[in-house]
Parts: sequence; C-alpha cells; structure tokens
Amino acid sequence: MSITISVYRYQPDSDSGSNASPSATGAKPYMQTFEVEAAPGMMLREALLAIKEQDETFAFRHSCGEGVCGSDGVNANGTNCLACITPVADLKQPIQVRPLPGRPVIRDLVVDMTQFYEQYRAVEPYLIRKDPLPEQEIRQSPEDREKLDGLYECILCGCCSTACPSFWWNPDKFHGPAALLQSWRFLADSRDQATEERLDALEGPYKLFRCHSIMNCVEVCPKGLNPTKAIGQIKELMLEQSV
Amino acid sequence: MPAARSLPHRHFDALIIGAGGAGLNAALRLAAANLRVAVVSKVFPTRSHTVAAQGGVNAALANALPDNWHWHMFDTVKGSDYLGDQDAIETMCREAIPTVYELEHAGVPFSRLDNGKIYQRAFGGQSQNFGGEQAARTCAAADRTGHAILHTLYQQNLRAKTHFFDEYFAVDLIRDDEGVAIGALVLDIESGEPLIIEAKTTLLATGGYGQVFRTNTNAFINTGDGMAMALRAGVPLQDMEFYQFHPTGVAGKGMLITEGARGEGGYLVNGEGERFMERYAPKARDLASRDMVSRSIVTEIREGRGCGPNKDYVLLKVDHLGADVVHHRLPGITDICRVFLGIDPAKEPIPVFPTAHYAMGGIPTDRHARVVAPARHGPEEVVPGLYAAGECACVSVHGANRLGGNSLLDILVFGRAAGTDILSYVAEHPNHRPMLDAHIEPAIARLARWERQGEGERVADVKAELRRLMEDHCGVFRDQPTMAEGVEKLKALRERVEGVRLRDHSQTFNTARIEALELDNLVDVGMATMMSALHRDESRGAHSRVDHPERDDERWMKHSLYLREDDRMDYKPVRTKPLTVESFPPKPRVY
Repeated sequence: MSITISVYRYQPDSDSGSNASPSATGAKPYMQTFEVEAAPGMMLREALLAIKEQDETFAFRHSCGEGVCGSDGVNANGTNCLACITPVADLKQPIQVRPLPGRPVIRDLVVDMTQFYEQYRAVEPYLIRKDPLPEQEIRQSPEDREKLDGLYECILCGCCSTACPSFWWNPDKFHGPAALLQSWRFLADSRDQATEERLDALEGPYKLFRCHSIMNCVEVCPKGLNPTKAIGQIKELMLEQSV
Repeated sequence: MPAARSLPHRHFDALIIGAGGAGLNAALRLAAANLRVAVVSKVFPTRSHTVAAQGGVNAALANALPDNWHWHMFDTVKGSDYLGDQDAIETMCREAIPTVYELEHAGVPFSRLDNGKIYQRAFGGQSQNFGGEQAARTCAAADRTGHAILHTLYQQNLRAKTHFFDEYFAVDLIRDDEGVAIGALVLDIESGEPLIIEAKTTLLATGGYGQVFRTNTNAFINTGDGMAMALRAGVPLQDMEFYQFHPTGVAGKGMLITEGARGEGGYLVNGEGERFMERYAPKARDLASRDMVSRSIVTEIREGRGCGPNKDYVLLKVDHLGADVVHHRLPGITDICRVFLGIDPAKEPIPVFPTAHYAMGGIPTDRHARVVAPARHGPEEVVPGLYAAGECACVSVHGANRLGGNSLLDILVFGRAAGTDILSYVAEHPNHRPMLDAHIEPAIARLARWERQGEGERVADVKAELRRLMEDHCGVFRDQPTMAEGVEKLKALRERVEGVRLRDHSQTFNTARIEALELDNLVDVGMATMMSALHRDESRGAHSRVDHPERDDERWMKHSLYLREDDRMDYKPVRTKPLTVESFPPKPRVY
C-alpha cells in the first residue's frame, strides 16, 4: 500500500547542479506530490525520509526520532505537530505537509526560528539564585518539585508559538507561548529568587499581555503541555504581587 | 570551492565542537571565566543527543541508601571488566558529587525525596561496600534526566554569553606543521558558506556514532564526526571494539527503554514466562551489567525461548509496579510505549531487544581531557591544543563496558575538566599561532570532493549497506570468520564511497551534502570498530567472542589503538594505578 503526500517545496537556489550563484529572487514555492510505501506503525518522519530517498534535494530538520529533541516540527494537514511521533495512519490523505506557519522559510520545510529563540532568551530562562549556595543541594520538597511538571519538559520545537495568531502578528514583541511557559517554569521554581525582576520585565502591552487565550498552543503541543495555563498563572501572580 | 585564502576567519580563545553535555559544561566554565568561546553545533544545542538520556547520573550522594565514591569506583572498575583506567575512574567518581550539586544549583529539576534531597534510584552494576547489597546511586529527573541537564546547561550558557554557531557543521580540524590544533573549517548549513574558526584550543565533544548500526537508540545526528576528524588528523581511536548494546531497546524499532525501568523494579521474562536473568546473574538478576543482560537476552532467543510469533524478543515487565510508579517515575517511557507500541506499560509488558547504544571507545585522552597519542616519547603524548570529552572521547572510564548512569557523569566531569585545563593552557599560550593556507587545504579538499558532478552511487544506498554490514558482522556475539568477512566487505565499501556522487549541489540548507560528509565519518569509525574487534581475540565486557569466550588478562589487559593510515593497530597499557587509593586487581566478574 502506498501513501500520497504533498509537501511544500521552496528551493531558493533552484538551479542546483550548476555553479551559478544562488538567486533568492527567482524561486517560487509549490506543492509537490510523492507516493511512498506505507509500513505498519509508520510515523510522518519516516514518510518524509522516504521522500528524501526519492529526491535528495528535499530538506527538513529531524534527529532523535522519538519526540525529545524537537527538531521536526511541521504543519501536517493544517495542524502543527512533531513528524516523528505523528502516525501517518492518523492523517487524512493526501497528506499536506507544510513548514511551521508564520516563520520565514529557508528551504522546503526548514524555517528560520531566530525570532522564536530570541523570545526564549528574552525571558532569562535560567535559575537565578541570590543567596550563597549550600555545600549540598538546595532542598526542594516533592510538592514544590511537582510544580515544575508540565513546564520543564518543553523541547522548544516551536509548534505552539508558530500556531499562535498573536505571535504571527508580533513575533518581535510578544514572547509567545513557548517562552512564557519557560518564564513560568522559573517563577514556579521554589529555588529561584528573581520573581520581582521577572514579573517587572513582563510588564507592558505586548510581551505577556498579547496572549488572548486562543489556546492553539495547548491544542498542538506534542508534549501535552499547557502554555495558556502557565500564562494565566503568571498574570495571577502579577495581580497578587501588586496588591 | 573557494581558495583557502579567500575564506573568512573568526578568532576565539576556545573552540568547542558539539553542544551536548560535555561541550556545554566546558563552555560554561570558559565563558564564566571571560574567555572568548565559540560552540559549533550542527543542530540547535538543545537538539543534541544528551537530550535523550533518560535514567540519570551517578553520584555517591547517599541520599537514598549508604554510599561513597570509593564503592562507586569499585563498581565502575568491575563494570569496565578491568579495562578502565583507574586514575580517570577515581577522578570521575570523586568529582561526581560536587558535579551533581553544581548542576542542581544551576537549576536542573531533579526529582526529590521527602526530605527535599535529590531522588536516587538503583541502576545496574551498583553495589554497596565493594560488591555487597544493591546501591541507589543514580540521580534522576523522572526519566528525562538528559533533557533536564542539557536544557539547564544551555540556559546557563545563555546567561554566561557563550558564542554559539548553531547549525554549523565541522568539516575538519586544522593543525599546523608542528601538529598543534589551531582551529577548524566549518560549514554554515543555512548559507552553505565555509568559515575558518581560529582558536588557541579545540575541544571535540561530538558524541557517539550509533548510526553506523542499522538498529540503534541514537539520533540521526550521531555519526562519529569528531572521532573521524581525529582519525583524519592522524590521532588514533582507542578501544573501538567495545560498543554497548543496550538490553532494552524497543524490539524492531530501537527506541531506548531506560535501565531505570528495571531500577524501579521491572524485570525481564522469556517466552516461557520465566525470569531468566536469575539463571545468568543469581544475585543482581535484572540489574546485572548491560553487557551481561544483553548477552542473556540474545542467548534466550537463540535457544528458542523468545516471545512473540517469531520468538524474536523478550518482554520487560513493569506492569506489577502500579500505574502511579510507572507514570510518575517513568513518564518518558510511558510516552514512548503509547506512541510507538500503542500500549500502556502500566498494563502490558514491553517487547525489547538489545540495541546498539553507546561507544565505550573513542579519542584517547588523559583525565584532563587532553588528547593523547603515541609519538616520539611514548604512547600517551599530549596533542597540543586539542581536547576531547564525552562519548567521542575515551578517557577511559568505561573500559570494556559502561555502567548505566555513568555516561551523563562522564560528559559532565570531563567536559568540566577540559574547561579547567583549557583555562590554564590559554593563560600559558596567549597568542594564536599563524595559520597558513597549506594548513587549511586538506580540509577544503574534503569539502571539494563532494562537489564532483556526474553519475555515481547514492549516499543513502551506501549508508544503508554500511549499517546492515556493521550489524551483521559486528553485533552482540562475534567470531573471527564473520568479522574477517566484514572487514573485507567494509574495505570494498570504503572504495565505493569514492564513486558516490551528490545530485544536489545547491548552497542553501543542503542536508544531502551534510549526510555525505557524515557518511565519510561513519565509514571511518565503522572501520575502526571492525578492525579493533577482529584483532582482540578474547572476550571482555561488551566484546564477546564466541571463538574466544574467556577473558585473557595475560595478553589483553591493554587498550587498542586504531590508526587510519594503513588500518594499523597499536596497543598501550591500562593505567591500573589510581590517584590516592589501592588498585583494584582483575577478578572474575560475576553479578
């Protein structure tokens, strides 16, 4: 049995094979259809690899193949997903595979994630400790540790932020769901001692408050995380601290 | 391909190739000391394969059960089948304790015990009191410890303002006429443009090469790039015959099921429903060392006691532990089972089979992570300016078999050690050495080779054949005729790579070109593995020779060295003398 997959193609230096300099102007994106042999339990990543077997000019990012490295976020039949843990059988044919939406396309399914990473860096995603460090571990109760579950597991695949209309319109100003989830991950950590600075840095109309609870992020997160809830918790904490 | 002199140059104090745990822990130390440090990674750093480590990192914190570093050292020496260097092992086991505390302070979300201390679980090959009761030494963040550590290290590097070259592929090292490492030629994957990075020191931290085997637990990116770069620079690879097959890969697919599953109380059964590990390792049973468990599984299957319609796997049971333990302590493997097998491990057993997992061998280094190679004055002369750490290196702390929980430890301790030594090296050698066009040209030639046009075999076809060949000829059980045939086939395949041609010569994000460069690397490390395995006619640790089933300390208490030139083998003694304690002499290894 074969599967029909239509993939987004964009080859900026489309005269591959010659030594002519790349021309970013002439190339136009198009959809290209492939037939690949189905295998039991086949994941979308394997189908994309089968396409690459047929046509080595087809480019996409991927690595671990088990949903932990976050390389292969793509848009399949209109929904963002990780190709390596999305069963082909769950997708209606012909399967339409496009790059993550709203990001500049570099080539085929490879998008430019620069702004996504910039927003991640902007929330200072690291533990800030002001007290002198103990000789052993900083103690943390199992209950306090449990508050990090559903937060620290983020793999930065970008499925959420690139499904978020607020991020599409303001990727330079709105942190987006992935970065805000990490912001809450450190606010929620009993060991972190920079709550005030973190909250102050989120003030203003864009960074945090452009979230309109559309919840696309929750819908698509391949790890089952809930950025909308985290954003709500940040807002609650802000309110608490301001009274 | 541009001429050497037209390439852009960037200058750094330290170049680090690879952004997994070893590279990032070294980078953190250097950036915090205000060195100019460049980290080159072919993937965005948090996509490095450290992210996939599940079970945890060993340190004798004694949070759950009594423990001390010396017991950890004993277990590691025994686990290595006495091939590990005891000075390096002592260093690692002592350093483990401050290293884990340092990680915790950096933000790693370790699971916790009721008293707020770091949670520790039992893992294979761990004992109290030099071979006594089971120990619980593995510090865990659920079963996502690698993810937790890698993200934390990346985050702290952001804070320290480390300079990252994300999605740059390292083509080759650059050494001057005196053999000093002075940088590397790298390729910007997005633009396709080559770049020279000049550096006073270069650290190889490129990880493993599991992709050389057809079925493996490794990521697509694990292609032995740093090891092959070392080989091409004339540095040998050490102990490459010792390749670990993890006992519990998902049968037929390869995803890893952590040893922590057995650490939490899981066990293996054969087709007759028998807990067969009781026969092979009466005391440690399912928590015997990995080499032993893998051999036991393969033996069960070969003798017709496998499970399933083809009797070609065994079952890992955790369903008796209760949904709470399984879903809480092993959420990652719960996901893997749901997604790839459509089962809930709290309800059904998991079909498993030994799967290519980890390289004990690699680039030879001393315990300061300095690369050492045979030269004029002996077998362990320092290659100036060149460092290696993590899976691509061979310190050697794992010897012939690595214990679970010691790989995250290895990358952290020796990544940090590299950082420390680089600091003093750069202080003593404050200036860049001159880089001449002639030093760069071999690296450019390697890149130019893949520019050749015309008809030829395809990268994908040759790579698929290589992977099958390695699996068929260099698996869990080995013998002379199978491997001799394997070497011949591999030599023929190596010849054929010359005739392989790319169809895609475009510049922008050309992944076909990257895969071609990776194929070169895989062939080289595959040959190192097969040649080293063919020559060692004894059984030790993960290297199990059907035709030579006994360990032979008389002839083989020594490290193998493979040199690329003429596929030559060389050997050097094991460092059996620790730093401050008595040596552990070789003993029969029973669990």
